[in-house]
Amino acid sequence: MRVTVTVNGTERTADDVWPGESLLYLLRERLGLPGAKNACEQGECGSCTVYLDGEVVCSCLVAAGQVAGREVTTVEGLTGAGGAGLHPVQQAFVDAGAVQCGFCTPGLVVAAHDLLARVPEPADPEIREALAGNLCRCTGYEKILDAVRLAARRQAGR
Amino acid sequence: MDFLQPATWSEALALRAERPDALPLAGGTDVMVDLTFDRRRPAALLDLTRVPDLQEWALEGDRVRLGAGVPYARVLTELAGRLPGLAIAARTVGSPQIRTRGTVGGNLGSASPAGDAHPPLLAAGAEVELASAARGTRRLPVADFFTGPKRSALAADELIAAVLVPVAAGPQQFCKVGTRNAMVIAVTSVAVALHPDRRAVGTGIGSAAPTPRRAPKAEQLVAEELDWAGRTALDDGLAAEFGHRVAAAAAPIDDVRGSAAYRRHALAVMARRALTWAWDDLRRAA
Ligand SMILES: Cc1cc2nc3c(=O)[nH]c(=O)nc-3n(C[C@H](O)[C@H](O)[C@H](O)COP(=O)(O)OP(=O)(O)OC[C@H]3O[C@@H](n4cnc5c(N)ncnc54)[C@H](O)[C@@H]3O)c2cc1C
Ligand code: FES
Ligand code: FES
Repeated sequence: MRVTVTVNGTERTADDVWPGESLLYLLRERLGLPGAKNACEQGECGSCTVYLDGEVVCSCLVAAGQVAGREVTTVEGLTGAGGAGLHPVQQAFVDAGAVQCGFCTPGLVVAAHDLLARVPEPADPEIREALAGNLCRCTGYEKILDAVRLAARRQAGR
Repeated sequence: MDFLQPATWSEALALRAERPDALPLAGGTDVMVDLTFDRRRPAALLDLTRVPDLQEWALEGDRVRLGAGVPYARVLTELAGRLPGLAIAARTVGSPQIRTRGTVGGNLGSASPAGDAHPPLLAAGAEVELASAARGTRRLPVADFFTGPKRSALAADELIAAVLVPVAAGPQQFCKVGTRNAMVIAVTSVAVALHPDRRAVGTGIGSAAPTPRRAPKAEQLVAEELDWAGRTALDDGLAAEFGHRVAAAAAPIDDVRGSAAYRRHALAVMARRALTWAWDDLRRAA
């Protein structure tokens, strides 16, 4: 089947999509966007987190056909259409040392980006709750919390 | 594999009747895992996310008619006041990403004994609304919907339209044990709802029997013994006996998530606590 979807502000079309394949597969294998990572393929790890119509989802759990005509934003699109450099949330992950192997990072960045858009100055329990669906196998959770706190501070201009 | 994407409810029901080999698809949080791991290969998917009726909830008398396609995230933000038990349970489902997509209708569709929506629906006395193109709509108590592990009363040509949940007349609680605070399938769970308007108590047990089920003897005991008029403090002995009766109503098994003995123990403790919290809430409200 053919799927047309807006990804990071641009309309994209993919042909010969198998109806049972996931949005994650569509993004990585058909649209050349490898930012969202494929780790567990069962919703457990959050490495594949993207925005679908403005809400965070595990792209491995969304059928490709379900996104036809919808809007998807991946980690590649956080800086806006044509945006260069890093988004402040990404920069905070770099500066706080929250990236080890980096596999979990794109999903965590999207989840943290969503949290900070909804709750500009989250308390620690809110950060933990918002990131509860993202696993880091390098177990760098303390630095990840530091990164979110740092991004929040910078966002607030402090 | 075909991808069927009805835009209306009547079109969805017609497709369901025409294509009994099509698997309904809502949030996909159960279905996509099965597809990816090759546990299921349906001839078609019937995507219900474009059917507007399923994504809505509305008041119908003193009940909320919750469309089958409303995700947990919206139950939490929009219905925590009217359906507190379901909202507490929704909060424990998966992670934010799972709650954005996963629906109460999908939970019923999977009919897992561990589904977290089920105990609060049982305790509240909810009904499930099923529909088919041929026979129209029927409603049945949620307790009658579950017929076995992952089996339900849903017929091959039917879809789940909605659940009808009485607006809470009193405090409701839900407790779940798992290995961490997020992303866990319940080892066992229990819901308690107080109905002070009719001096009754509702219960629901999860993950401790072939289907989610109520604990009628526990309900009956406390409905009779609670001091509804004076709302004096809950007697410790009564709370403990309530817990024992809830545990006795279960029929747990040993599995990878926990032993039968542990489940019974946890149920007794959780049921006692849930009743105590709910009763204390009721006393505070008075
Ligand atoms: C990482 C992860 C964590 C999870 N954690 C929990 C948890 O904590 N608690 C819990 O209870 N569950 C949990 N689940 C399971 C799942 O999220 C729930 O069962 C959810 O409610 C399923 O809803 P859905 O909309 O995604 O259903 P889908 O996957 O779309 O469908 C599920 C089933 O219902 C059928 N169906 C869906 N809608 C209808 C309809 N309207 N009419 C007829 N049939 C229908 C489908 O055919 C399918 O058989 C988890 C899943 C994952 C992947
Ligand atoms: S790959 Fe989607 S949650 Fe792990
Ligand atoms: S940095 Fe390696 S998985 Fe998180």
